[in-house]
Amino acid sequence: MSKGNFTRRSMLMASATTGAALAMPTIFSSAVWADGHTGFTNAPGDSSVTLGFNVPQTGAYADEGADELRAFRLAVAHLNGEGDGGMLNTFSSTVLDGTGIMGRRVEYVTGDTQTASDAARSSARSMIERDGAIMISGGSSSGVAVAVQSLCQDAGVIFMAGLTHANDTTGKDMRANGFRHFFNTEMTGRALAPILEGLYGTDRKVYHLTADYNWGWSQERSIRAYTEGLGWETINSVLTPVGAGDFSSYLTPVANSGADVLILNHYGGDMVNSLTQAVQFGLRDMQANGKNFEIVVPLFSRLMARGAGSAIANIHGSTNWHWSLQDAGSQAFVRSFGTEYGFPPSQAAHTCYVQTLLYADAVTRGGSFNPCAVVEALEGFEFDGMGNGPTLYRADDHQCFKDVLVVRGKENPENEYDLLEIVEVTPRADVTYPVDHPDFAEGQLGTCNPGA
Amino acid sequence: MEAIILQILNGLDKGSAYALIALGLTLIFGTLGVVNFAHGALFMMGAFVAVTLKRVLSISFDTIDETRIDFLGNPMVVSTPYVEVWFGPSVGGTIIDWAVPLAVIVAIPIMALIGIIMERGLIRHFYKRPHADQILVTFGLAIVLQEIIKAFYGANPIPTPSPEAFIGSYDFGVLLGFDPFSIMYPYWRLVYFGFAAVIIGAVFAFLRFTTFGMVVRAGMEDREMVGLLGIDIDRRFVIMFAIAAVVAGLAGVMYAPILSPNYHMGMDFLVLSFVVVVVGGMGSLPGAVAAGFLLGVLQSFASMSEIIELVPGINQVVIYLVAVIVLLIRPRGLLGRKGVMED
Amino acid sequence: MLGLKKADLRLFLIVVGLVVFAPFLLNPFPESVGMAQFNAGYPDLMQKLVIFGIFAVGYNILFGLTGYLSFGHAAFLGVGSYSGVWMMKLLTMNVIPALIVSVIAAGLFSLLIGYVSLRRTGIYFSILTLAFAQMCYSLAYSVLTPITGGETGLTLSLSDPRILGAAQAADGNIPAAHIFGLGMGESAELVLGDWSFTFNVGYYLSGIVMLVAFYLAIRLFRSPFGLMLRAIKSNQTRMSYTGLNPRPYALAAFVISGMYAGLAGGLMVAMDPLAGAERMLWTASGEVVLMTILGGAGTLIGPILGAGVIVYLESIISTINSSVLHGWFNALPDWLENTLVNIMYPFVGSGWHLTLGLVFMLVVIFLPGGIVEGGKRIAGVFKRNRAEPSGDIKKSAEPGE
Repeated sequence: MSKGNFTRRSMLMASATTGAALAMPTIFSSAVWADGHTGFTNAPGDSSVTLGFNVPQTGAYADEGADELRAFRLAVAHLNGEGDGGMLNTFSSTVLDGTGIMGRRVEYVTGDTQTASDAARSSARSMIERDGAIMISGGSSSGVAVAVQSLCQDAGVIFMAGLTHANDTTGKDMRANGFRHFFNTEMTGRALAPILEGLYGTDRKVYHLTADYNWGWSQERSIRAYTEGLGWETINSVLTPVGAGDFSSYLTPVANSGADVLILNHYGGDMVNSLTQAVQFGLRDMQANGKNFEIVVPLFSRLMARGAGSAIANIHGSTNWHWSLQDAGSQAFVRSFGTEYGFPPSQAAHTCYVQTLLYADAVTRGGSFNPCAVVEALEGFEFDGMGNGPTLYRADDHQCFKDVLVVRGKENPENEYDLLEIVEVTPRADVTYPVDHPDFAEGQLGTCNPGA
Repeated sequence: MEAIILQILNGLDKGSAYALIALGLTLIFGTLGVVNFAHGALFMMGAFVAVTLKRVLSISFDTIDETRIDFLGNPMVVSTPYVEVWFGPSVGGTIIDWAVPLAVIVAIPIMALIGIIMERGLIRHFYKRPHADQILVTFGLAIVLQEIIKAFYGANPIPTPSPEAFIGSYDFGVLLGFDPFSIMYPYWRLVYFGFAAVIIGAVFAFLRFTTFGMVVRAGMEDREMVGLLGIDIDRRFVIMFAIAAVVAGLAGVMYAPILSPNYHMGMDFLVLSFVVVVVGGMGSLPGAVAAGFLLGVLQSFASMSEIIELVPGINQVVIYLVAVIVLLIRPRGLLGRKGVMED
Repeated sequence: MLGLKKADLRLFLIVVGLVVFAPFLLNPFPESVGMAQFNAGYPDLMQKLVIFGIFAVGYNILFGLTGYLSFGHAAFLGVGSYSGVWMMKLLTMNVIPALIVSVIAAGLFSLLIGYVSLRRTGIYFSILTLAFAQMCYSLAYSVLTPITGGETGLTLSLSDPRILGAAQAADGNIPAAHIFGLGMGESAELVLGDWSFTFNVGYYLSGIVMLVAFYLAIRLFRSPFGLMLRAIKSNQTRMSYTGLNPRPYALAAFVISGMYAGLAGGLMVAMDPLAGAERMLWTASGEVVLMTILGGAGTLIGPILGAGVIVYLESIISTINSSVLHGWFNALPDWLENTLVNIMYPFVGSGWHLTLGLVFMLVVIFLPGGIVEGGKRIAGVFKRNRAEPSGDIKKSAEPGE
């Protein structure tokens, strides 16, 4: 009996030379592990390597998942030397040459997270166990990211998080095998607060509506800390059930509460509905305390903003990346993506694309697919040319530190993609928080787990 | 006081949607004895009739504007809707703007047709089958319908605003003698409430004052007896099913500006509407309407921050809690009759 | 033997065979061919197949025998899962305490909910169970996050006490779930030419538990108590006229099926130590209803088959993407390849729900008694062709119906 969570495919690849060549059944053999580069889960063969892309294909985030999948396909094509190479041409690290990863052709398998931690883990497990995936990436919610990250830690593969914005992913629930390129609620707070101060002054009264789950709480805690730091007073904060649909009963008390700013700590469908309905209830046209009533949406997503239609006009929020950025990396990515699919990529697509390239690069620089080698190569890695300026993968918590965008909903969008305009690119130094920040406390990376 | 009045308005508005869906559901229960899990899907399809009509009205031809460029640096493609060409930009624009109310007219024949196809093609064969089979087959149908919608429209919500004329809020404050701006309520939600009242009234009048309605009511009381009297009740069932589909569909059409339609909104409303029907009492139309409004208002009050602070999480469970309490106190719901769906 | 009648014993032995040889049966295609996509012989899926089998077998004791249609059984599965994870957090990573506590917790919880819900019958009972389950889900997702982990789910952490075992493994990671030292994730591989078969500890543990659960279900079906439960289904009024109060029997069936659900929940976290709130959602309750009906409610083997079909469809169909489809047909001319891919694409990958919906509809429309009924019909056709008396069908007609 051999120990560990290895899979059939890795087994086969490893045994291709021994078991098959002997033309004799290899029964209960653990000896095959001895040859080749082994000692970790799903060690790839000499010709190809399999990555697992776990994205929401059903449920409310299916469109974001589809966009992530497009980005993954593009990244795989670029790694294999197909297409125009995208960000490979602008990436500051130049070890990737379009011949796959370490000479192995990149293949991929896909799974459906259903935006549920159970289903996401199950599909990640099947990709690891059945298809021999050596890295899992993707996802569109923090619950799923945390759940899959801990699975990958236990199984001994690398997890490159997709869209996940709650602090916990690289805070309380951080894991040595997991890495996040996306920003988090703390960074949103740091980036947004100075802009809000400039726009709305220091004497404001805030009403929070917060989605009643981990990300919502994380978002509220962060933004509250910084708005209160500006001198804004928090009047009330109300938790709303996820997927409430009709927010009228949460919105009507706002008008008479004495607040003059409404912060919607909602994402996805909740954001679409609460923002649209807030505008319907006339909050944008209202005067309170002698000031114009304002609405803030801390985390903006262009894909979802589309669902809110004209309600997003002049609403401020933050975002990880936007296709209208003018740096060479963003331009190269938008060009490849737009040429391939006919529309610009979303921030979810961007982070997934970048994560895939970063993984491939780390393997190449580390010289091994062994997760521990990858972790070592990514920790403290400083890079540029991926669309957010100079970026650091901090070793202490596996979080990327980079510029954060503050955006505003356009008043007269020219087309359905042109919904947000960049107000400010908050420099990395301003959004960097100390490792011992209390919101990120009690997290332990543990040690990298190579699995089998 | 203002807060309470506002929550009552919210509750009535929510309740309107619940009542309309539950009305159709209980019509099908009462007359056909069928547990229709696809009823939420009918609501969803109604909303997508509005989306589709807006898209159809906006069908455009493309011209290339060399003076502007798109995000890839190619010349910009500019779309102009045909209706704006035919009727001029202002009239054409108004037609597109009024897509949702226009969709009400379009939705009546479309939803009736969908209802008839469903009844003749599928439901008819399940009248004598166990309820479990009915649930399974209509649940399967609901999944199929919503996946078809998803294939065409994607998973993200699609903004479907009300006409320009209904954007904005009405100030009740002045009317009721409070401060101005203290009770503001969006016009469209008031329209929705009125619309629901008209539809509910029409269905009740139809059942009360027409011969057809009389037979259906008799059929709900005692189906066997009506059959023995030589009345072809089955033929009327298909019409009842069509009416239920139209009611659900219209509820969906008018709800589109309130809730940007997405493909799974039907499932979100399905469980809720079942609870409403059961709380109201199986097979009781007034019960369904009353329970719809009751649960709508209670849910609104439970969402007030004062109440949530008192009982954390009450806003998440209030509907179910009320359902449990009602069923334990009144075994057959508020206005239910004995022996309906009890075995 | 084993206190079973001949026909039941044969059925039981067939199931034993299926469980033991599943790693072979589920991996019929060699690695290199495109059809390998349909192989199901990997630990995660095999474990899920038997675990949902347990869940459905238990549900069938309530629904199949008494006819009470509960829409809230996922809540018991969830309670089982949460208590299982808590045991692993507090006590030890050995799965035995987790399983035992899962069953007990789910049993107590179902006693409470069953006692209240069984005061009503028919759809009123269904809605009561649905309401309780939805409340559990909503609260677990939000207010009860300290106990349930909320949206993320309840996970193990390095700082858990684990008073009977090590809090950390030697390599500084969270220790793996095990049974007396044998890890759930451990597997042995058998490579035969181009085939490879996985024998996983977790799967065989679940398999053995499932066989025990199935055996108990058979005994229960054939016992006087089982007969009493059937009486509730066929005519409750008549039953009470004979001086028997149906409620305690129904409640016992409810609690037993709740314990089965708790056992399934406990096994789920033993295989993968995370309990998410979604497994308590009404759709999860609906799923077990569908499994039971799809397989054949009231039959012994039906729920296991139904669970197998649904779990398999979910896991396999959702992983087929367009590149896999192109891989299958790339021997064909381009136009034909693209046409076939375009026809199939809406039904696989992100469209797996559509396939599932269609399967539900087709089975209910054409096989009213579920898969078991379909199997009997096919068997009947063959028997008639061979001009043999169809004694087996008669024998399997349930007494008391």
